[in-house]
Amino acid sequence: MDELCADKLGVDDVARVMLSVSNLTMRFGGLKAVDNLSFEARTGDITAVIGPNGAGKTTVFNCITGFYRPTGGSIALTHADGARFALERMPGHRIAATARVARTFQNIRLFAGMTVLENLLVAQHNVLMGATGFGILAVLGLGRYRAAEAAGIEKAKYWLDAIGLMSRADDPAGALPYGAQRRLEIARAMCIDPVMLCLDEPAAGLNPRESDELNHLLLRIRDGGCALLLIEHDMGVVMRISDHIVVLDHGKKISDGTPVEVRADPAVIAAYLGEGDEDEVPA
Amino acid sequence: MSGLRDAFLSALVALGLFVPLVGLVTTPSDHGLHLVVRPVATAVVVGLVFVGRLAMLAWRGRTRRDAVKANRAFAERITRAGKYVTPVLLAAAVALPFTGSRYYIDLGTLVLTYIMLGWGLNIVVGLAGLLDLGYVAFYAVGAYSFAILAHTFGLGFWTCLPMAGLLAALWGIMLGFPVLRLRGDYLAIVTLAFGEIIRIVLINWVSLTNGPNGITDIPRPTLFGLAFSMDGGDGTVAGFLGIEPAVIQRIIFLYYVILGLALLTNWVTLRLRRMPLGRAWEALREDEVACRSLGINVTNTKLTAFAIGAFFGGFAGAFFATRQAFISPESFTFIESATVLAIVVLGGMGSQLGVALAAIIMIGGLEALRDFLSFLGDQMNNPVFAGIASELPLYRMLIFGLALVVMMVLRPRGLISGRTPSVAMTRPKEIAAELVAQGRG
Repeated sequence: MDELCADKLGVDDVARVMLSVSNLTMRFGGLKAVDNLSFEARTGDITAVIGPNGAGKTTVFNCITGFYRPTGGSIALTHADGARFALERMPGHRIAATARVARTFQNIRLFAGMTVLENLLVAQHNVLMGATGFGILAVLGLGRYRAAEAAGIEKAKYWLDAIGLMSRADDPAGALPYGAQRRLEIARAMCIDPVMLCLDEPAAGLNPRESDELNHLLLRIRDGGCALLLIEHDMGVVMRISDHIVVLDHGKKISDGTPVEVRADPAVIAAYLGEGDEDEVPA
Repeated sequence: MSGLRDAFLSALVALGLFVPLVGLVTTPSDHGLHLVVRPVATAVVVGLVFVGRLAMLAWRGRTRRDAVKANRAFAERITRAGKYVTPVLLAAAVALPFTGSRYYIDLGTLVLTYIMLGWGLNIVVGLAGLLDLGYVAFYAVGAYSFAILAHTFGLGFWTCLPMAGLLAALWGIMLGFPVLRLRGDYLAIVTLAFGEIIRIVLINWVSLTNGPNGITDIPRPTLFGLAFSMDGGDGTVAGFLGIEPAVIQRIIFLYYVILGLALLTNWVTLRLRRMPLGRAWEALREDEVACRSLGINVTNTKLTAFAIGAFFGGFAGAFFATRQAFISPESFTFIESATVLAIVVLGGMGSQLGVALAAIIMIGGLEALRDFLSFLGDQMNNPVFAGIASELPLYRMLIFGLALVVMMVLRPRGLISGRTPSVAMTRPKEIAAELVAQGRG
């Protein structure tokens, strides 16, 4: 972390830095989707990444969660216990399993043919798998698997209660209404006990009431001690709940700060209102 | 009116097809091949096509919604019936040898072998959603492992059985490592090739496998060390029990061995489905990307599905070898993989009962059809139909193919297409097939 940043944040804040993205670059052939991007996200904050369509927001997410391997730069994650992970070098499933970074998807990716409860249990795969004694003991009905599954169901119940889907636990996930599917995907991600949750447009397609419920859910997750990283188009959601906003345009960071600061930033206004660049002004 | 025209056109196409297929028969005679013309038989077949097309158009006249509703109702009925069908089938399977008919017991053994293979492949295709066109490779590895181990080290069936399973699983993993990064069609092609590679290696590695001549004198299984042999002396089952030795005793014993092995496969699969591993397989079939985002090691999970599927394939192979007492590469052709895959797809991917029913229909039904057609042929003494009657059993593959096509039109997701949840808070509810993904490898 550079000196300037540490000065500005103060010692307390430095300790709270959880995700530190520095000089991240992602190239697809000749296209630079993310260009030398650096930002930080802190525990207990909701950090929003916003920007016009095609600004590279989802690419940043895919780099953080291991779906893409960045062309350059580093992504460092620090746990509360001081354990550090270099996410840019870890395979995707290990990022979720050991670095504990969970994510949701822009186009919902639930296990549609499995029940709501099954979705939440699949998310606890690694914990439950550890209790099966390489599968052999559990198949024979021995070992501590039964207790582990009961605990897993309890955790699932907690999140079902939190998202208000307790009564639909045995329905297939694909049969839920859209808003409920969004909430379920968040609950499923929370079932891996993440230290950081990355949400890719969680409010997309929600009506105002659902969007309000979502805000409450996200604040509850934040207060539970999980850091949130959020891509969102719905400015209502972003401005109301974010503590910190990073604005991207054409893969570059154009602004970084609190909602109030960002809203007043002329660069942001220009990017969103599509103000022409100087060289586009007709002669 | 347009229906009539449509049916007439279909009949015309049928005429073009069946004039060479049915209407003209070459029979060898003293002066070389002799051409026999059969106008009546051709007319009958073409007439059947005409009437069939009319009937189909009439049936399709119903609205689409009716059809969907009927399909749903059928799915629900069959699911409810499944509760009763399972114990009935099981009881029938246990009771079958009491008929004492060697024909039925042999047929039952064959059907059970395919049920076991179907259940094994169901893990890979039905649960994990990986399209495997080379399942016969593991069947072959199991059979040859047992045969070679038995010949080289003089080991018996029960010692070799787990080894055959483990070796097949090992091959499953060895195949899995390089190919599981492939998806869908690409995976299917590579597994198809793998099946062929194994067969060709078996043909050409003469020093180990005796090449196309196959391996003979494969030991029969024993019952707690007692052999089933005809001399009836000490150390044989007949001698121990003090009964007259008969071939049927061994046949019945083999039948119960495969019944036990098949039930073991079923039990393990049903248990695993309720375990994190089985759920991860199904999740993988639903959405691989989401699995990765939840920290599931996709490669390992796929490998376990491949290995466990191969393990049971190896079991079935070892049983096949001990039952036939002779194996050759000819028993392990692509058509076997295709048959087993057809059983899984027809049964309804992921459904254990569906796979069993499909195996009974496909293997047993085909046999029953042959019997029925021979019977029908014998009954038809009318000289007009004589030509067709004598060949009726040959048409069984045609009828069978037609049945498969009709089946796929009526129930595209298989006999039992719904999915039963692996865990439930209150009462498990059947999940409609429309919601369940079929996997893309």
